[in-house]
Amino acid sequence: MSRAALLVLADGRFPAGGHAHSGGAEAAVAAGRVTDAASLADFCRGRLHTTGLTAAALAAAAALGVDPLELDAAADARTPSAALRTAARKLGRQLMRAARATWPSAELDALAAARPRGAHQPVVLGLTARAAALGPTDAAYCAAYETLSGPATATVRLLSLDPFDATAVLARLAPDVDRIADQATDAARRVLDHGPDALPAASAPLLEISAEAHGGWPVRLFAS
Amino acid sequence: MHLDHATTYPERHTHSADAQRPDGTRRALRIGLGGPVGSGKTATVAALCRALRDTVSLAVVTNDIYTREDAAFLLREAVLPPERITAVETGACPHTAIRDDISANLEAVEDLEDEVGPLDLILVESGGDNLTATFSKGLVDAQIFVIDVAGGDDIPRKGGPGVTTADLLVVNKTDLAPYVGSDLGRMARDAKEQRAELPVVFQSLRTDDGVGPVAEWVRARLRDWASA
Repeated sequence: MSRAALLVLADGRFPAGGHAHSGGAEAAVAAGRVTDAASLADFCRGRLHTTGLTAAALAAAAALGVDPLELDAAADARTPSAALRTAARKLGRQLMRAARATWPSAELDALAAARPRGAHQPVVLGLTARAAALGPTDAAYCAAYETLSGPATATVRLLSLDPFDATAVLARLAPDVDRIADQATDAARRVLDHGPDALPAASAPLLEISAEAHGGWPVRLFAS
Repeated sequence: MHLDHATTYPERHTHSADAQRPDGTRRALRIGLGGPVGSGKTATVAALCRALRDTVSLAVVTNDIYTREDAAFLLREAVLPPERITAVETGACPHTAIRDDISANLEAVEDLEDEVGPLDLILVESGGDNLTATFSKGLVDAQIFVIDVAGGDDIPRKGGPGVTTADLLVVNKTDLAPYVGSDLGRMARDAKEQRAELPVVFQSLRTDDGVGPVAEWVRARLRDWASA
């Protein structure tokens, strides 16, 4: 593997559309659940251990070469909110464009042809890692870290939160990201023997519900 | 490892990534409109739609900052059928969506071509932004920067990438100049200083066919695109 390729893929400036999404932070801020750095840390920790674990395992499994269409169906089954499924496919489609331009691969082309409106973002992320000759743990790290970095960046804009405080939140959660990436990689390896049912199905009902409400707002800063 | 076609990069300096659509047909010309908040981008887009829609197959992508207001304005004004107007959400960062991460806008233009094509022209309107906001060459083939006399007659002198590099600079709301004390002659001299031979149009949409000179510039770009 190339460690530098991992930096390219994990860079928040990788042009794959993430800047327009808050990862549920906009709804949480409006509801008064995220008001400062401490509550942002709680929000991020919760998201990491639920949807973050599921996304990281999907990405790791795709990086291991598990059939991406099976994983895409598994992601659908693990995302009750239609608004979140739409957002995940939209982001998957945007990531696919960037991935095919940066690490062209026949597997990416095949998934793009099979899902022209977009596959779930974590699946595309895992396949992108594979195209970049990265491993399943790398893919899991990218997915887990994105679970945190999106809400943290969005909260800086939404609350005018001190950006140093927001970045410190990310740093404090680094050991959690390590654990989630390991768990996700272990789960992905089990998928090789037992199929996609071995994937974790951790979810956060409040994130799902608030995403549905947020999707109906007439005025909002972020797409999700 | 094979990373890219050798011919890709020279192309990108002349127009957006591919002139062909996946089915081999030629894609629409894409023109971006940027500029500060309130300078009259949406009004110019609406006027262009009215001026061009009878002879040109066109569509519009708006990049709103936190609402769908620009798209809603165009829909309300009925300048185009609703299926020809798409709004992109930008996460509070319009310049990111038109320059640093153009993926959502590329999808919007491609979806418009798939759904209502064939199209000759797609206008991509940026959300109101600052003087540094410019479009990526990967998104648009040419860009128009719209400022207005009421925003201060020193804007052309201040320069910035929008004023200095846009393919067309539009100084809008010239009818307001006497009321806000803006010196149009000074703006023209400063613009010339900043832009050398690049064109500048002074426009008032309050007059009959006020958008005429900009519409003519767009028609010239369409002719160039058709013959390229």
